[in-house]
Amino acid sequence: MISFILIIVASLFFTGIIIRTKSITSGRKGPGIFQPLKDVARLFKKGAVYSKTSSFIFQVAPSIYFASILMAILVIPLGQFKGIISFDGDFVFFAYVLGIGKFFSIISALDTGSSFGGMGASREALFSMLVEPAFFILMGSFILLTGHTSFEQIFASLHFGSYISYILGVLATFVLAMMTMVENSRMPIDDPKTHLELTMVHEVMILDNSGFDLGLILYASNLKFAMYGALIANFFMGSFPLYLTIPIFIAIQILFAISVGLLESFTARFRMNHNAQYILALSSVSLLIFFGVLLILGRIV
Amino acid sequence: MITAFIAIILVSILIIPFAQAKWKGVITVGAVCLIAILSCVVAIQTLGGKNFEYSFAGSLITGKIPVRIDALSGWFILIISFSFVTGAFYGLQYMKPYRSQTANLSIHSISYILLFAALISICSLQNSIAFLIAWEIMAIGCFLVIIFEHYKKNTISAGINFLIQSHVCIMFLTLGFIWVALKMNSYDFNAIRDFSLSNPMLSGVALFLCFFIGFAIKAGFVPFHTWLPYAHPAAPAHISAVLSSVIIKIGIYGILRMLLLIKTDYTLIGYVILFFSLVSGIYGVMLAILQHNLKKLLAYHSIENIGIIGIGIGLGCIGMGKGNNVLIVLGFAGALLHTLNHSLFKSILFYAAGNVYQSAHTMNIEQLGGIGKRMPHTSLLFLISALAICGLPPFNGFVSEFIIYNGMFAGLKDTAFSFLLSIASSLFSLALIGGLALLCFTKAFGAVFLGTPRSFFKQAHEEANLGKLIPMYAGTALILLIGMFPKFFVKTAIQPVHLFVQPLNTNTIVFSITHPITMIGYSAIGFTILASLIFIIRKRLTLSKPQRSEVTWGCGYVAPTNKMQYTASSFIRAYRKLIEPVLSIHKKKIPITAVFPITGCQETHAYDKLEEWLIDNPLRQLKHFFNRFTFLQNGNPQFYILYGLIFISLVLGVPVIYEYLKSLIKFLNQV
Repeated sequence: MISFILIIVASLFFTGIIIRTKSITSGRKGPGIFQPLKDVARLFKKGAVYSKTSSFIFQVAPSIYFASILMAILVIPLGQFKGIISFDGDFVFFAYVLGIGKFFSIISALDTGSSFGGMGASREALFSMLVEPAFFILMGSFILLTGHTSFEQIFASLHFGSYISYILGVLATFVLAMMTMVENSRMPIDDPKTHLELTMVHEVMILDNSGFDLGLILYASNLKFAMYGALIANFFMGSFPLYLTIPIFIAIQILFAISVGLLESFTARFRMNHNAQYILALSSVSLLIFFGVLLILGRIV
Repeated sequence: MITAFIAIILVSILIIPFAQAKWKGVITVGAVCLIAILSCVVAIQTLGGKNFEYSFAGSLITGKIPVRIDALSGWFILIISFSFVTGAFYGLQYMKPYRSQTANLSIHSISYILLFAALISICSLQNSIAFLIAWEIMAIGCFLVIIFEHYKKNTISAGINFLIQSHVCIMFLTLGFIWVALKMNSYDFNAIRDFSLSNPMLSGVALFLCFFIGFAIKAGFVPFHTWLPYAHPAAPAHISAVLSSVIIKIGIYGILRMLLLIKTDYTLIGYVILFFSLVSGIYGVMLAILQHNLKKLLAYHSIENIGIIGIGIGLGCIGMGKGNNVLIVLGFAGALLHTLNHSLFKSILFYAAGNVYQSAHTMNIEQLGGIGKRMPHTSLLFLISALAICGLPPFNGFVSEFIIYNGMFAGLKDTAFSFLLSIASSLFSLALIGGLALLCFTKAFGAVFLGTPRSFFKQAHEEANLGKLIPMYAGTALILLIGMFPKFFVKTAIQPVHLFVQPLNTNTIVFSITHPITMIGYSAIGFTILASLIFIIRKRLTLSKPQRSEVTWGCGYVAPTNKMQYTASSFIRAYRKLIEPVLSIHKKKIPITAVFPITGCQETHAYDKLEEWLIDNPLRQLKHFFNRFTFLQNGNPQFYILYGLIFISLVLGVPVIYEYLKSLIKFLNQV
């Protein structure tokens, strides 16, 4: 329960911090931290324009997308404090429930019959497909290390024994951070501020969404950021008491937001056709973690 | 009971040829339902722990023919019965346009009933010869139902391809059975167990591999899958559904049965199965994505799902070798449940494809589009099954994949390095398969049901009638039930697994999986409620807001045409570029040149590289080799008489020369 509330809180300011960081590094003052939230609120009040081509799918997809992310957040624990849903193998549910949201966002882009929607949808489908194995091998290695199979037990028992687990945590952070960028279609993979439809990934999928639906999608992106931030934070919290975990959680979220902002300010976007190789490389980092764990446990022949 | 079973088959087969075209289908449905009820009564009892045994006297050649139905047979009989009953109801409607072909319909109906009976016999007969006869009836029955539209060239060639490969499969099975019969002098299946116990380990492995290849051809494991993508699109929709949901599963049944019978080095066998399964899983879906024909896409997807089932079996088998009960239970239970799940969603997908075909008269994805608005029921059913086949919650595919994932995690507790590596690669593959399936089905659903039509259709698409939709809704209801209340189904699927575990004490393992499974059910329900809640809130809030309909945003271009929308091929272009080195993709391109271009086109056809290597190339070389002897067959009668003469003189002459040589050698020896 506590993790759910914290993630919602973090989602309120996460994108604000990213935008603020980006404006400061480019020498502007920038909008307030809660500006993205105000934008969403404004969208919620607006009417909507629907494409004549679109069908029922286009109407339900944003709601299901939003619900899938909320559902995934319910699974995430806070250190030793369980998420609302917690069982053995719950991270499989986490990954697959995000999958159903993705499925609907992709088909809603195809539903408009646009010449651009499919382009973004195709890229999103491809990239998310390539990122999936990285996550599973990552979690597999931590199961191997801890002997537990649920998020909460893995995180709670991660840091008993050796400090090497923190090194693994750093590597895992890298994988998860890059996954965040892929899943949210951010900088090295996709430029959310690009103005050309041909080079967009996520933005071009939601070209035809407006009003309440667009608000849902935009807020879902905030939630997604906070969700991955929470996962990363979990790798460093261990089984600390509550008065320590909450500050650590908030600090890591802010740090993560700032680093995303810095990353977006100082890196250029990859060429679209190199993205696939880059994302697949994440799997090899995950494999590295897997072998690292094998080394620690001394199970390599 | 068995007499009733045989009587129903015989009576229905005798009546069908004399009935009117209208009644043939009804009789078939009736017969199939009766057989299904009879066999399900037995099957459900076996799942409750009560095995069924009966023995025919048999003949001098076969010996006793035992009929043994245990939980494993029972589970498969239930799956078969459900698929055949829904298939019969759907087929009744699907075949309406073909009523004028009376003779053809008779053969089709009779073969359908025989096929059903043969499949149930395969699950229950435990005598090699009887089993092979049932298997042969199945192969031929299957051939006959596939080639219903035999006047089409593609259909007949696909049918013959199927027939040949089925017989290669039978050849391997016969080889295995003969080997056992030679050594043990008995055709009873129990002889196989005795054979593996009394002979060295390696011969058990060899025997299993022999059976495995045979059954793998039927199941469609890569590289034995080449018949599958041809047979499915050629057959009528309900037959494709039966093919995909049952016929290939009978291969899985065979593999499981042999695992029960042959006592040998399970770890080694497990690795072999796991390897083939991983390859099948990834290769199947990789090719599925590239298909332009909707049914062919679904057919390749069956190969992928067989791979997933195989991963479960492989894990369970390794568990048997290592004595790891958790792995056995999770692996086999996952595989068995996925068998059921796949038969449910794949048959619905094929029925939906059938509906699309009968309204649009094409299966080419590139020409379809925008059907969702004209056929809402079909598109909804297709969508649900597509989500289920991608293994997404809250549907049934997720439950079985979840169990298999849990099996892998249980395997991670092992200490052997090689096993850990294979688990890591299975994790990688299963996750990748999930992602690829998502790409595949967003493509299929998006291109066929969404957007606007990509070509001109003479008449508007019409929603299928209720008779077709009811069997589909029945399957969908089961999909949702398994997805949301998985506990009961998992418990039932674990019943057959008890046969594989040596000490029967699996309660603790079953208990350990019960909690996550129940939680999955709750989470699935929770997700559905949450999503509908958000949707209702959205509806409420936007009710008072202004809403408009406009053309799709086209960068300011306001006269978009149907041709401007993204096509299925372009949707997967990035993916195609990525895997081009691995697969063989034939391209034809006429580039647009000059200021006033005349024609321009680009075609891409994905072809199976393994088929090229294993089937096409050897065949070509064989043909090339035999071509050298064509001079013999020159159509000249004089030459044929000469061949006869040469033959007769050889037949007469060789023994004479042989005798002469023998006496010569004898003489030389004496000297």
